[in-house]
Amino acid sequence: MEKGTFIKMALTGNEAYAYAMKQINPDVVAAYPITPATEIVQIFSKYVANGEVDTEFIPVESEHSALSACVGASVGGARVMTGTSSQGLALMHEIQYIAAGLRLPIVMAVANRTLSAPINIHGDHSDTMGSRDSGWIQIYTENANEAYHSVIMAIKIAETVNLPAMVMLDGFIISHEMEVVNTLPDEEVKKFIGERKPLYNLFDFENPVTVGPLDLQDYYFEHKRQQMEAMFNAKKVILEITKKYNDTFGTDIPAFVEPYRLDDAEYAVVALSSAASTLKEIIDEWREKGEKVGLLRLRITRPFPYEEVKKYLSGIKAVGVMDRAETHSTLGGPMLQEVKAALYDAEKRPKITGFVFGLGGRDFDDEQANTVLSMIKDLKDGKELPLYSFIGVRE
Amino acid sequence: MQRLNLKQLAERSQGFAPGHRACAGCAFPSIIRMLLAAGADYDLVIANATGCMEVVTTIMPYSAWPVPWVHNAFENAGATISGIERAYKALLKRGKIKNAKKPVKFVAIGGDGGTYDIGLQALSGAIERGHDFLYVLYDNEGYMNTGIQRSSATPLHAHTTTSPAGTVIPGKQQPRKDLTKIIAMHRPRYAAQGSPAFWNDLVKKFQKGLEVDGPAFVAVLSTCPPGWGTPENMSIELTKLAVETRFWPLYEYEDGYWKVNYKPRKFVPVEEFLKHQGRFKHIMKRPELIKEIQDEIEKNWKELLWLESRKKEEEK
Ligand SMILES: Cc1ncc(C[n+]2csc(CCOP(=O)(O)OP(=O)(O)O)c2C)c(N)n1
Ligand code: SF4
Ligand SMILES: [Mg+2]
Repeated sequence: MEKGTFIKMALTGNEAYAYAMKQINPDVVAAYPITPATEIVQIFSKYVANGEVDTEFIPVESEHSALSACVGASVGGARVMTGTSSQGLALMHEIQYIAAGLRLPIVMAVANRTLSAPINIHGDHSDTMGSRDSGWIQIYTENANEAYHSVIMAIKIAETVNLPAMVMLDGFIISHEMEVVNTLPDEEVKKFIGERKPLYNLFDFENPVTVGPLDLQDYYFEHKRQQMEAMFNAKKVILEITKKYNDTFGTDIPAFVEPYRLDDAEYAVVALSSAASTLKEIIDEWREKGEKVGLLRLRITRPFPYEEVKKYLSGIKAVGVMDRAETHSTLGGPMLQEVKAALYDAEKRPKITGFVFGLGGRDFDDEQANTVLSMIKDLKDGKELPLYSFIGVRE
Repeated sequence: MQRLNLKQLAERSQGFAPGHRACAGCAFPSIIRMLLAAGADYDLVIANATGCMEVVTTIMPYSAWPVPWVHNAFENAGATISGIERAYKALLKRGKIKNAKKPVKFVAIGGDGGTYDIGLQALSGAIERGHDFLYVLYDNEGYMNTGIQRSSATPLHAHTTTSPAGTVIPGKQQPRKDLTKIIAMHRPRYAAQGSPAFWNDLVKKFQKGLEVDGPAFVAVLSTCPPGWGTPENMSIELTKLAVETRFWPLYEYEDGYWKVNYKPRKFVPVEEFLKHQGRFKHIMKRPELIKEIQDEIEKNWKELLWLESRKKEEEK
């Protein structure tokens, strides 16, 4: 393949994700339907039924069993994938920690959706923000094209550091919207991901292994320390693999963060996923009016890119952090808290405020984006702002 | 199927290592040895649910298991073994692993809590999907690992820490859920109930369960001295009394037909089984409560004989 020549396909986020899964052709997929991720499973089932992949597909009876079966298969040395949203991810919660603790490189698609109650099928980040501490690498993608490439990279990353990874796409906004996706030929995907090299062979009957024993005060901590070492190491590995991917294929997927018009910015907004696209457009308009405003998009939040956050935001006068999720701590959204923590020892610490927006799939529109930017500008100009504000809600 | 004598059983138990930390008199180490002996013709992979067995056999850095063994969580042994089985199939198909020397068999093991209660859904799903595995239930009739709480396997009137024998309520107020029948109605390839005291019968059941292609289920009664309040040297005898009193009948379900494997010649009242057990101490002087347990036994036995009465055409 000539670098930069892609096979252009019109795909929704879910289709792009499923298409990447087809090219990856994992050994085992176990999954359960839930809106808005259902399509990924449906499309993949069709690939299986039509012989387009020879994956062992396990149509389990719940998400808890989906991830449990993935853990079993991954312990068995298989390359394993799954996908879910919202309640499904919540039901998997227990097993997410086990997948990470057993150091299994499972890759999971999450079409972000809010959590009940009240029940609502639309997109926000409540589901995956609840998994922040589960030990998974977390990748939030901005559009279908990025989701496609991120899944392929996630396989390589996860299998290099032996940690599971979840790749997010915004429910409906990305999962169901059609875009042009620059896909790669099958053989290129295959070549890039290579083969999984498991740490042990469960089916070596001459040398039987015991996996998942009771691990008490005398060893548990060392194992957790090793797991953390893998996450520290993931930082380097992610940078290397992303660079290699971009160099090989001519893509320009950012690794941890994407700075947008930040060079001379006096104030800035931090956002994840599709909201970044809306903000970029509004920032362009404001720039034309002479405003020195920029954006930092966080793409990978586990491991958290504190160095990058410090590098790009230190010295900026005011920063607003967007959260499509609550922590219910009264301390603001999860990303606000983490960005603040990262900036605590910055040389030139900006003033910071937060915004919670878009809960339950409430559209994040231009008007809200304008409001956000003007509030951050006010903060820069010395106005007192609350710890964080709710945007686009009837008070 | 090879009929195994005691000597062969001992030789074939594949070195399930001593030094595990099960209590003195715990019945499940014997059950494991019989399972491993029955499985010696195969290469086994085991998925074990959380519970006493998992805890006492694998305290890091030790493991008593001589075969590949995986513990995931409490309620998902059925799903875990599903994943392992499919991984094996996938990797073999793609030439990523070599064929084992012997046929490979997949076994999930869970306690009554991990099987009757919290793990029932995962087990039901795995059987329905038709995975090739044997599920072994070791039924000690309570959540022993967490300190003897009731499960839906706990018998009527038994004292546990969450169904205590109080001054008003005399222990657990519900009879055991009839899990083996519930599993049988999933129409697996094989389902059976066995007891370690009837080792010949139990080993044969394990052999059958392993031999079939597709899901199989064997429930085994497993004495727990601290949980049952029984003397450590009576464990196997109690699993015999449970069968003699028909409290725990031995039977099989195959291809839609039921077979009772052992019919006691003479009537043994359930009291003979109950009287050795601290968990029933509070009802020993209350014949009306013992009668309730006896009635439950008669009802279930009658139903079992009725089920058995439906014979295959060639046997008619
Ligand atoms: C989801 C979950 N809930 C509760 C527990 C606590 N727990 C561990 S073992 C156990 C009881 C096990 O009972 P059983 O399956 O009968 O096995 P036994 O210990 O009696 O052999 C419980 C309640 C757990 N580990 N996971
Ligand atoms: S508590 Fe009971 S089941 Fe658990 S190891 Fe001891 S005897 Fe066995
Ligand atoms: Mg039990």
